[in-house]
Amino acid sequence: MAFVDSEVVDGTQAVQDALSVKIVVAGGFGVGKTTFVGAVSEIEPLRTEALMTEASTSVDDLSMLPDKTTTTVAMDFGRITLAGDLVLYLFGTPGQNRFWFMWDDITRGAIGAVVLVDSRRLAECFGAVDYMERRGLPFLVALNAFDGIQYHGVDEVRDALRLSPEVPFVVTDARDRESVKQVLVRLVEHAMAIVRGG
Amino acid sequence: MTPPEGARVRPYLATRGRTRPVQETALEALVSATKSGRAHTIDAVPERERILRICLSPRSVAEVAALVRVPIGVARVLVADLETEGLVHVADPHVAYAGRVAPARDLNVLERVRDGLRRL
Ligand SMILES: Nc1nc2c(ncn2[C@@H]2O[C@H](COP(=O)(O)OP(=O)(O)OP(=O)(O)O)[C@@H](O)[C@H]2O)c(=O)[nH]1
Ligand SMILES: [Mg+2]
Repeated sequence: MAFVDSEVVDGTQAVQDALSVKIVVAGGFGVGKTTFVGAVSEIEPLRTEALMTEASTSVDDLSMLPDKTTTTVAMDFGRITLAGDLVLYLFGTPGQNRFWFMWDDITRGAIGAVVLVDSRRLAECFGAVDYMERRGLPFLVALNAFDGIQYHGVDEVRDALRLSPEVPFVVTDARDRESVKQVLVRLVEHAMAIVRGG
Repeated sequence: MTPPEGARVRPYLATRGRTRPVQETALEALVSATKSGRAHTIDAVPERERILRICLSPRSVAEVAALVRVPIGVARVLVADLETEGLVHVADPHVAYAGRVAPARDLNVLERVRDGLRRL
């Protein structure tokens, strides 16, 4: 294990830190984000919350007054240890798209994003697609075929989303570990192609 | 979730010579207890004790928040305090790679992630 050795941290020796990277799992409400994360995570997806007041302000507003009403935004995430010194985190975006401040936090420094789509509710993913395009984050769109049923053809969905041709479009089953793995590999390859391309 | 009382988690944080705002600590930054952190088993703030305990092996800031059951912003403040006191070490990839190609845009890193995923 090359994980940071705490004994060494206290000494003067330089430390080779473990590196952590992340991939974002985005999409509309109830599209299967948590299921997708859970399918590959080595831990039960964990849930954490941010306070709405963190949005625009600094810590000054983290006044934990018990009677103060603050909106909390939940996100969940999973972990995959890829090597002794390399950990991948998968962060699901909050179901409600309006909490953009959380999205900024989640996407900062990410390898890329998987935007999950439910073919019965295509419009739900528009917000996520727009967001990734604006941020210039490498992303692909994954159609979650609930029970193997696709309510529209793949090309039809692709067209409806008006994806630019370079954005990969794949079909997945969010409950299936192999399928989810493949989607993640595809995303990383896409990110690599973008790096190579300029 | 019950928010911790204000008295226990300081509602503000002076930057104390930090080069970056505490709230920019990456969600995926890995926190691990140092030798003194491991020896520091009793603290007036139960959340700090719990952080030191769970960080015997490296945990992300997001995990710290989830496992200690505090909002992410509070976890960042607590972790930053512990770091200032030398009780934890924080490996923030954004800091480690400052001025260089970000890990998410480093082909060597991406290759390792891809291969690691394939091997799962
Ligand atoms: N049959 C079937 N059910 C699925 C599939 N993917 C997800 N589900 C179910 O759909 C529901 C929503 O899935 P979640 O993974 O919670 O979706 P989410 O995107 O995390 O939802 P929010 O966080 O609330 O936005 C759950 O009951 C899942 O069990 C699928 O491929 N097939
Ligand atoms: Mg969810």
